[in-house]
This record gives sequence, structure tokens and C-alpha cells, in this order.
Amino acid sequence: MRIPITTMLVATATALLLAGPTSAPAQMDTARVEIQAHGFSAPTLTVKAGTTVTWTNRDDDAHTVTSVASTFRSPGLDTGETFSYTFTRAGTFEYFCSLHPLMTGKVVVTPERSGS
Amino acid sequence: MSDERAMERRDFLSCMAWTGTGLVWTLAGGVPRSRSLGPRTAEAAEDGSWSFVQISDTHIGFKGGANPDALGTFQAALARIKAMDPKPAFLIHTGDITHAQKPGAFDTVTEALKGVGGERTFYVPGENDVFADGGTEYLGRFAGGGRGWQSFDYRGVHFVGLVNVLDFKAGKLGSLGADQLEWLERDVAPLGSSTPIVVYAHVPLWAVYPQWGWVTDDGAQALSYLRRFGSVTVLNGHIHQILQKVEGGVTFHTARSTAFPQPAPGAGPGPGPMTVPAGELRGMLGVREVRYVPGREPLAVVDTALA
Repeated sequence: MRIPITTMLVATATALLLAGPTSAPAQMDTARVEIQAHGFSAPTLTVKAGTTVTWTNRDDDAHTVTSVASTFRSPGLDTGETFSYTFTRAGTFEYFCSLHPLMTGKVVVTPERSGS
Repeated sequence: MSDERAMERRDFLSCMAWTGTGLVWTLAGGVPRSRSLGPRTAEAAEDGSWSFVQISDTHIGFKGGANPDALGTFQAALARIKAMDPKPAFLIHTGDITHAQKPGAFDTVTEALKGVGGERTFYVPGENDVFADGGTEYLGRFAGGGRGWQSFDYRGVHFVGLVNVLDFKAGKLGSLGADQLEWLERDVAPLGSSTPIVVYAHVPLWAVYPQWGWVTDDGAQALSYLRRFGSVTVLNGHIHQILQKVEGGVTFHTARSTAFPQPAPGAGPGPGPMTVPAGELRGMLGVREVRYVPGREPLAVVDTALA
């Protein structure tokens, strides 16, 4: 029997930043990436700063979401398990699966107010 | 790093002091070899034969759909090893002992393998054994202060265990690295070319299917140090199926897992656990016995399925 476990590792600083001097709206943007067939469903994902991205492992194999620059690092994710990270600053964040390093992806984070 | 070899040899020779030397060795795979290996008379089996076991990819902790009972199939593999007669001299585990470093998995495997009849088990890590902590627990348990690679001699055969799963980098293949390659070159340098060599590592040292990472980036460099030897047997795991290749004096063998099969190279969208009809699973899992019988060729790399 497998019970999906949600692994939420959101930096505690996130909440503080969202409530900071920018008076950002309370609404939290979210985005999802599926891990399946030894790949990431959105190899390049573009989001606004403040967005929480959640990866869900749909494979039978274990995978990880590991930042190349060590910004974030999930534990081993079994089938159905998730990992979330909130991107608070703009930039390009490359990541890979540390079990299967040919699996790579990146999150491009744009400034929160861009385009608004 | 020469200390690692010396330590392994001392350690092994002390615990294997009951053995003799002077056996003839050959490894199969279509390249039978037969050599006299020293002055002493064998004192093990009546026909002078001896064997060792390769077990691989036990993935203890795996509970996926491809095999919800990986512990049960591991235990079935243990039963196969226990039933071997005569018993193997020792075992080699070619990695992915654990599934994603699940708590307790190292203990489960190491304790269980103590009871199957071999004098001891030699380990090399798979990526599942080192990814979470960079190998800290694995090396602490198995490397004796070293970096995991090792060599030892048994009855005139030189065994080399290599590590090709540490320091995975994004978009890159697994590799041995400059330090290990240098150690390997020095390790085999004093050996005569007639010395039979057995090399074992987790990820295949030859290019099985690079698109799925089924290759070691600098494996060819390692093999270049072994070309002068007349008999080199390379044992790998990682891909959970039996593949074989002969290249000059080098024979390559990949092994079955005891936990779940994977698709044939390139068959399907990617690697990973392959779900098969329940009645077929155990036929795709198994263990390997490598046995030599003096005077009888070819000597056998015998793969035994769990069903």
C-alpha cells in the first residue's frame, strides 16, 4: 500500500518576504511540474517571483529535484510524493535529478512586478 | 590510495586463510581460459572448483507497482544462494543495495548476506546508496576510511571494485574520476598479463545505452588499462537485465536485479521499473554464480532466476 506523502519544504523566509515592504497581494501563485518517464514535464518553466512550484513524481522510480547551485534540494521522492519550493527572487534556477542526472530542468523567475 | 588495496588484501587474506591457491581459473561468456595459478594444492571442493556470487540491485525499500514486495524477492534470492552446493567462496554486491537510501535498508541487506554461506560480501555503491548524503553513510559502512574502490586477490585472480556513482552532475554521465583512474592504473601495473582480472562496478563500464545513462563516462579509459590482460571479466548491475558482450579478452556481463526488471535498452520512453504480469516477475529477477571447474571448459557464468 502506498500513501502519497506531501513534502513541503517552503523556505520560512518566504512568508516574511511576501508580507514585506512591497505589500504584495496575499494571493500566492503556484505552478506544477510532473516527473514522469524519467523527465520533467516542463523542462523550462517561467514564473513570477513569489511563485511556489510543486513537483510531483509520477514514476515508479525514485527521483529528486536538486538545484545545480544548491539553492534547493528535495529528498528522494517516491511515487506520488511532491516537493515544493517558493522562488522569491528573479533569476534562472537549473536543477536535475541527483539519481538520474540526465534528467534536467530549469525555472526562470521574472521580477514580481514585471508586466504589471 | 595504495593503502586501500593493501588493507583490502590483508583483510581478505586474513579471513580467507583457510583457502588454498593453485586453482585453475576461467570465466565464461564465450571466452574460456584456463591457467595454473600457483604452487599450492586446492583444498576446497573435491574437484577443485570454486565460485563466487554476484547479487545486484536489491533496492530494499522499493514498494512501487513493479514489485510491491522487493523484500520478499530479495529473500527468495537469498534462498537461491543458500541452496548452492558447494557454497560460494564469497559474494559481490554490485550496488543499489537500498532504494533511495531508505532507513534500515543497509542493515537489512548486510545482515541477511552474512547468513547465506559466503565468507564475506564485497560491495560497490549504486546511485541509490549515495545520492542523499554524497556517500557519507555508504563510505562509513563499507569503505574503511577510503573512497569505496578496492581490489583483492583470490586464488590468483585479481578482483577490482570500482565506484562510478558519486558526484553525479546535471546533464552528465556517471564517471570514475581522475583519482580512481590513476589508482586503477597503479593497482594493475605490477600484475602479469596472464593474471585473470574481474572488475565489478554498478553502472556498466561499456556503452550499453548512453541516452539512458547506461554507460560510464570514462569507462573506456579504465578498460584501456586492462587491454593487455588475457582474461578480463566485467560485472555490472544498474540496468536490471542480463546483457553480454565480448570484446577481445574482455567479457562484459550485466546482472538481473532481485527487485524489479527494467526495459530493454531503448524500449519505451525511458528507463525505470517495468511492470510485468505478476506471474512473470520472478522469472526476470535473479542472482548470478560465477564458477570454475578445473579441466572443464567453458567455465560458467550461471544466472539463476527466482522462478
